[in-house]
Amino acid sequence: MTAAQIEIQLIACVVAVACALPGCFLILRRMAMMSDAISHSILVGIAVGFFVIRDLASPLLVVSAALTGVLTVSLVEILTRTKRVREDAAIGLIFPALFSIGVILISRYAGDVHLDVDAVLLGELAFAPFNRLSVLGYDIGPKGLYLIGGILLLNLLFILTFYKELKLATFDAGLAGALGFSPAVIHYALMTIVSITAVGAFDAVGSVLVVALMIAPPATAYLITDRLSYLLAASSLIGVICAISGYWLAHALDVSIAGSMATMTGIFFVATFLAAPDRGLAAIFLRRARQRVEFAQTMLLVHLYNHEGLPGEQKENHLAHLHEHLKWEPPFAGRIVGAAERKGSISRDGDHLFLTERGREAAMRAMVG
Amino acid sequence: MDFPGVFDSLFADYTLRMVAMGSAMLGIVNGVLGSFAVLRKQSLLGDGISHAALPGIALAFLLTGSKSSLALLLGAAAAGWIGTLLIIGIVRHTRVKYDSALGLVLSVFFGFGLVLLTYIQKMPVATQAGLDKFLFGQAATLLRKDVMTIGILGGIVLVFLLLFWKEFKLVSFDTDFAFSLGYPVRLLDILLTTLLVVSIVIGLQTVGVVLMSAMVVAPAAAARQWTDRLGIMVAVSGVFGALAGVSGALISSAAARIPTGPTIVLCASVIVFFSLLLAPNRGLAWGWVREQVNRRQLQTKAVLGDLYVLAMQHREPGHGHTIEVLRTMAHGHGGVDRSLRALKERGLVRETGAKEWSLTPRGMEEARRLSRQWRQTP
Amino acid sequence: MTLGDKDGMKGKSGNASAAEAAVKVEDLTVAYGEKPVLWDMDMEVPPGVLMAVVGPNGAGKTTLIKAIMGLVPPVAGYVSIFGKPYLAQRHLVGYVPQRNSVDWDFPTSVLDVVMMGRYGVLGWLRRPGRAERNLAMEALEKVGMADLSGRQISQLSGGQQQRVFLARALVQDARVYLMDEPFQGVDATTERAIVTLLKEMRREGKTVVVVHHDLQTVPEYFDWVTLLNVRCVASGSVGEVFTDRNLRLTYGGRVSYLTHHAPEETFGNPDD
Repeated sequence: MTAAQIEIQLIACVVAVACALPGCFLILRRMAMMSDAISHSILVGIAVGFFVIRDLASPLLVVSAALTGVLTVSLVEILTRTKRVREDAAIGLIFPALFSIGVILISRYAGDVHLDVDAVLLGELAFAPFNRLSVLGYDIGPKGLYLIGGILLLNLLFILTFYKELKLATFDAGLAGALGFSPAVIHYALMTIVSITAVGAFDAVGSVLVVALMIAPPATAYLITDRLSYLLAASSLIGVICAISGYWLAHALDVSIAGSMATMTGIFFVATFLAAPDRGLAAIFLRRARQRVEFAQTMLLVHLYNHEGLPGEQKENHLAHLHEHLKWEPPFAGRIVGAAERKGSISRDGDHLFLTERGREAAMRAMVG
Repeated sequence: MDFPGVFDSLFADYTLRMVAMGSAMLGIVNGVLGSFAVLRKQSLLGDGISHAALPGIALAFLLTGSKSSLALLLGAAAAGWIGTLLIIGIVRHTRVKYDSALGLVLSVFFGFGLVLLTYIQKMPVATQAGLDKFLFGQAATLLRKDVMTIGILGGIVLVFLLLFWKEFKLVSFDTDFAFSLGYPVRLLDILLTTLLVVSIVIGLQTVGVVLMSAMVVAPAAAARQWTDRLGIMVAVSGVFGALAGVSGALISSAAARIPTGPTIVLCASVIVFFSLLLAPNRGLAWGWVREQVNRRQLQTKAVLGDLYVLAMQHREPGHGHTIEVLRTMAHGHGGVDRSLRALKERGLVRETGAKEWSLTPRGMEEARRLSRQWRQTP
Repeated sequence: MTLGDKDGMKGKSGNASAAEAAVKVEDLTVAYGEKPVLWDMDMEVPPGVLMAVVGPNGAGKTTLIKAIMGLVPPVAGYVSIFGKPYLAQRHLVGYVPQRNSVDWDFPTSVLDVVMMGRYGVLGWLRRPGRAERNLAMEALEKVGMADLSGRQISQLSGGQQQRVFLARALVQDARVYLMDEPFQGVDATTERAIVTLLKEMRREGKTVVVVHHDLQTVPEYFDWVTLLNVRCVASGSVGEVFTDRNLRLTYGGRVSYLTHHAPEETFGNPDD
């Protein structure tokens, strides 16, 4: 691997982790689409910032773009509060408008600068190694790395410092408010972090991947855990894996790096979805089959119990009744009855079924528990 | 940019005619279907569908080698549909919530689409489709047969909508009740979603995948401000969509270096902005005006009441009271001067000295009447 | 831990009906995932009664209504309306969902909503016309909302919204009605109006099953009651089945419901 390749992958990994961290909170707070909205609308912040500062590499662009991110969130809130438009529609109105302004400004007035529309979507990760940062005459690496690295540190700092508050505000907003942590402040702080991260990542990977990295790895991690700390760690790890594998895929096929990374996040999600222990689809199906049988047995016991000692019991505990009223196919009914007999929960007298003491206890337990 | 010239060209220039017609039609269809999407809280689903369509377009080109609108649109529609099914599947079978599923499918599909696009871009120039026009739209590339495709598909969508109008209305308003009446609610939902997919897809060439969602949301959101009846809302939404489409397309054709998509979306946003502000009843501007008027009326009544109270205390109706006293009594709810002027105009008060005011006989009567009214309200 | 003996449980109110039960539920079990919400539920509603379904929150009352109609799929069990499966008798059943199940900001008028009740009869493709309009107006008269027929539904109060839903059910001209918490959050006037309407419907021979949240009013408004807490605790006429013992069994712990029984009877033998 060449130095440039290593640097690119390094940047990609840092971007992945920097995005995964706030992304966890976004998906927990059901604000995933805000990442989409913000990553689109900061374009106008970048455009306006560029026209003012005239320097594409200036860190002040981060400020102007981050402000736009916060502006987006505020506008959505204001619009929603007028009650004339619902929140999802408000999002769908504001960010396209801002993004359109940004695209028009850039197309019309900055067409000759290396700030073109494709870069907006795709980023320029391949060119990152060429943009060096030198301190005191020493070349210490690509600028992009330091930018996004700084942002990663910022995110880590934010989350570690306000971990308790974030956790509380995310899982129990009411309690948070009662305890004096203003959920609104936390909300806006989080959105600012998201905006800053989006800007930093923008330069490297474009707006598409920002959304993918903020949502997919956390969602994948959410499939296997719901503890916040595990979520943060797992999504970062997954993000890194997707970044590296995505890079090599793009390298092999000679296609967009950002696009491949986004694709890999999707592939990982699907793979986890299918194969995860406990919560993956495969595991669920297997468990469901087993549960169906157990559940059916309990149902049988409860059914017998409910009709025990009442008129009509003779009819209710007849085997044929199971087919009719419990909607069990004969083979299935036979299996259940057999299993219950083996367990000692019921006894059989011809075609009539009766609870044993054990079965009766189990039935009562099921109904009360 | 030369506006009168543009309108002349509209009829003379073939390209402009195609552009205007294509944009108008996509505007109408998306305005109409968008109304239902917005009412069913599916505003952002349009965003998902349009982003998800990108790999479909690329794959359609790769598989068929054809740049024909129809092939690409079918690919787009298939991809959009698969994306929607995935979103539903994720929500149904995992803990992941709707918004996360939406964002995930949207960005992953779009990323995959970009992979395919960059792959295609490496192919020999002659076969390259210029597919990246689908990112932000380029209405100038609309050919006659493209417009015809858009027209026919759009027409079919509208016909279906008319045929099943009351069913769609019912299912959008009260799904459970529709079910209880015996309607196949799931099928109707699938049908309506399919119509939405088709309407989004016919707009992709003009507006592009990134911004198409705005054409689903904006005209409908704007139209909602003007009416409380579904039929009118849908019609107005269609008109707004057409308006945005045509003006955006024309402007972007006249000016150089501006892609069509963003221009159309901006026009739509302007329409929304003015609708939110100025529509009668719901319009925010009217709301503010009404609030002001109400507030002033209340202030005026309060001043009248204060003068009455003072008059009662002094037992001389003619005794003047200084404006300072009135201002104090109004504690902070300003507008005393204005109220006095208004009351004077109505002949209910008069100025008895320098900055001193008192009630006229008519004013006394009116104040008495009001105080009786106030006492009656519980 | 026993559940009490079973004597008080099932409606030993004698022969429920010589005629076909309006609604008959047998062994109905509904589960979300593995969590059962209704267990092996039996219920018989004789024709022409006003029945309340009561129970604590989460007891499965709404689920019961929805399962009867097939809105949620049961894991087991059987529902019949006048002796035939629900699916075959759909046109005989009218449904009044909970008020908050709908977005009232939807752009439509009161009359429009009520006419939706006739869609089932119109079938596909046909538009509602004058006949439907007249029926809707008649129903609106019955609930006292005729002069508000043109109003946008977002401008209605809670009580008015409930009346609109009821009018919509009335135009269906069904024989059995399933209503989900129609008294929830309505003003006193509307509540009285609804009760009057329900009693009139009973006089016309209709059967009404109502999910109800207010125990106090059960004996006054209804003649039959089902006590439900995941399983059916008791079902029968109010006089026979609406006892403190059954209420305790249903609501677990103390029920602050004062009956006309003497205190010793009310807080008699504590359950185990």
